[in-house]
Amino acid sequence: MPLLSRMAFASLLSMSAAGSLHANTVDVQIGYLQWGPDQGPVLSNVIPEPEDAGLRGAELAIEDNSTTGKFLGHRYSLQAEVSDSEAAALAAFETLQQNGTNLFVVNVPASTLQAMANKAEDQTLIFNAGAKDDALRTGQCHVNLLHTTPSYAMLTDALGQWLNQRRWKEVFLITGPTGEDKAWADAFRRSAKRFGLDIVQDKPWTFDADLRRTAAKELPAFTQARDYDAVVVADVRGDFGEYVPFNTWLPRPVVGTQGMTPVTWHRVVESWGAAQLQNRFRELANRNMNSEDYAAWAAIRAIGTAVTALSSASTDTIRPYLFSDKFQLAAFKGRKLTFREWNGQLRQPIPLVHPRGLVARAPFEGFLHPNTDMDTLGFDRPESQCRIND
Amino acid sequence: MKSLFKQTALAAMIGLSTPALASLAYVSNEKDNTLSIIDTDTHEVVETIDVGQRPRGILLSKDYTKLYICASDDDTVQVFDLATRKIVDTLPSGEDPEQFALHPNNKHLYIANEDDAIVTVVDVETKDVLAQIDVGIEPEGMAVSPDGKWAVNTSETTSMLHWINTETFEIEKNIVVGQRPRHVEFSKDSKIAWASAEIGGTVHIIDVDNLEQIHEMTFKVPGVNQDRVQPVGIELTSDGKYAFVALGPSNHVAVVDAKTYEVLDYLLVGARVWQLDLDKDEKHLYTTNGVSGDVSIIDINDMKVIKSIKVGRYPWGVVIDPTS
Repeated sequence: MPLLSRMAFASLLSMSAAGSLHANTVDVQIGYLQWGPDQGPVLSNVIPEPEDAGLRGAELAIEDNSTTGKFLGHRYSLQAEVSDSEAAALAAFETLQQNGTNLFVVNVPASTLQAMANKAEDQTLIFNAGAKDDALRTGQCHVNLLHTTPSYAMLTDALGQWLNQRRWKEVFLITGPTGEDKAWADAFRRSAKRFGLDIVQDKPWTFDADLRRTAAKELPAFTQARDYDAVVVADVRGDFGEYVPFNTWLPRPVVGTQGMTPVTWHRVVESWGAAQLQNRFRELANRNMNSEDYAAWAAIRAIGTAVTALSSASTDTIRPYLFSDKFQLAAFKGRKLTFREWNGQLRQPIPLVHPRGLVARAPFEGFLHPNTDMDTLGFDRPESQCRIND
Repeated sequence: MKSLFKQTALAAMIGLSTPALASLAYVSNEKDNTLSIIDTDTHEVVETIDVGQRPRGILLSKDYTKLYICASDDDTVQVFDLATRKIVDTLPSGEDPEQFALHPNNKHLYIANEDDAIVTVVDVETKDVLAQIDVGIEPEGMAVSPDGKWAVNTSETTSMLHWINTETFEIEKNIVVGQRPRHVEFSKDSKIAWASAEIGGTVHIIDVDNLEQIHEMTFKVPGVNQDRVQPVGIELTSDGKYAFVALGPSNHVAVVDAKTYEVLDYLLVGARVWQLDLDKDEKHLYTTNGVSGDVSIIDINDMKVIKSIKVGRYPWGVVIDPTS
């Protein structure tokens, strides 16, 4: 007996020399930065959004990475800064960068992200887990910038494919007043063209009454038209959109940013092991995991996957690995996820959900692509001017 | 001793006036909280039995008198008596048991606790928890080598095979494999272990003496997007000729030459094929098809799918009692 265990120990030693069990210790420092401008008062303020959206996803991913890391001698740490101004967020970025952190996950608006990318050193790698702006994927690209949050175009293409395959092709579009609403609506108009949808009415939302009193009166009149198959709402911050379902002139479904919505992630996603991720998250955060949490989680898991394979925390090796055919992220969406080499966008299926259920998941069968059907969502290589790996 | 046991079991069966004495297949239905019992002669469901919440992994005791059921959402392992077809006991299992494996000693049950990143070892006779072993995130697949030396656990999000010494209950080696490893199957002589990686799309062949990977298999199902080729369950014929690999949402089972690791054929079965088991003469292979809610039967001589049987919602595991 003791002889046997000693022999086992000896073979263990020789194995670790081969580098499979506890190789050299690797320290992986990741910075998480979050800032968002005040959204202003919204009409549908009944269910508030969590203020730590994104941050808790990052924390969970650090735990996930560490569990793997303990078998390999890899240690992960998170330096998280939730700022109350753009200046503070930029200052936090510079301080961390000066102190030697070069892996960042950031959940900030596109303009702040641009400012950070402009200040990034060669060794710095930034994962965008917040800004969905299409411009960041079509022209304003940076060699050091990857995106784990989908673009508006990926979300609206998912919706466009779904409307096409349901043959609900005539839609009534309502667009809110903010820049984000207009960006979402622009993305949807592009999707409509790609997937053969007809926008029979394209109306901006201009009312400023409190719809909790007047929804039943205002919206039927607002959505009058000869006919349409569905109403599409572009109201990103959730101002008036929650009052559109069931208040339309014609008895039609409501989709877009309210009603049935294309999302990065949602509580109702449970297949492909997602139930376990949802459980782990709820245990950590005492709330459900949302899209921001998922994007931050995916970024840090992508780093962890690379570090596990490379036994190195150097961005010189991590970045090429992330774009190589060896990299694949298992991220509970039923497919292996990879980064688009032209603009650094993480390819991913998009769930279409209503508040209590999963409706479908894009891409849908029949929307073909020569490389991967996931590239039917968002800006494909020929449609983007970005070439961050050329 | 064993035959006496069998006789009493038989007597109990007759007492129940169940006419079917054919070999029975047991299928756990994850979303129905039921167990479907299939007569392997007639290929019909003969009974559906209520069990605990979210039943997933199932296995037979080595004397074929009991079926152990992971009732994941009840955080317990249920003990189902085959003769009386009743749940007769529960075992401590740790949280969220998903898959498990029984040591050849018929006593030590190794349970993967998916939510807690541990493997729990329970003595099924005394109900004592003998050990809890820290493993990677989302431990899933569990196997014990037929010679009883190794227990192997796969951790899905850590993407490792953890090799646990069954005498010390300690991990002796971690092997990094493809993304989301799901299942491990040993050859009868305990020399080769087959491990599937669902997202990686690979099957890893491990030489057990050296604990080294000696081969990595990939699959290419004609006309199916490569991303949908997701290996899960593995089953080996005892003559060492064939391996069968369930390829998940590609809806196919790969037939593999177990000596050369060459894929011989892909057989179309139901939607999202998950787990597999051979019947008693190894003439038929049963597959659980999660999304289509049915079980496909493959004739091994002709390598053809001969029937699909509707069971409950999201059938997960299948085991066939070779003695009944």
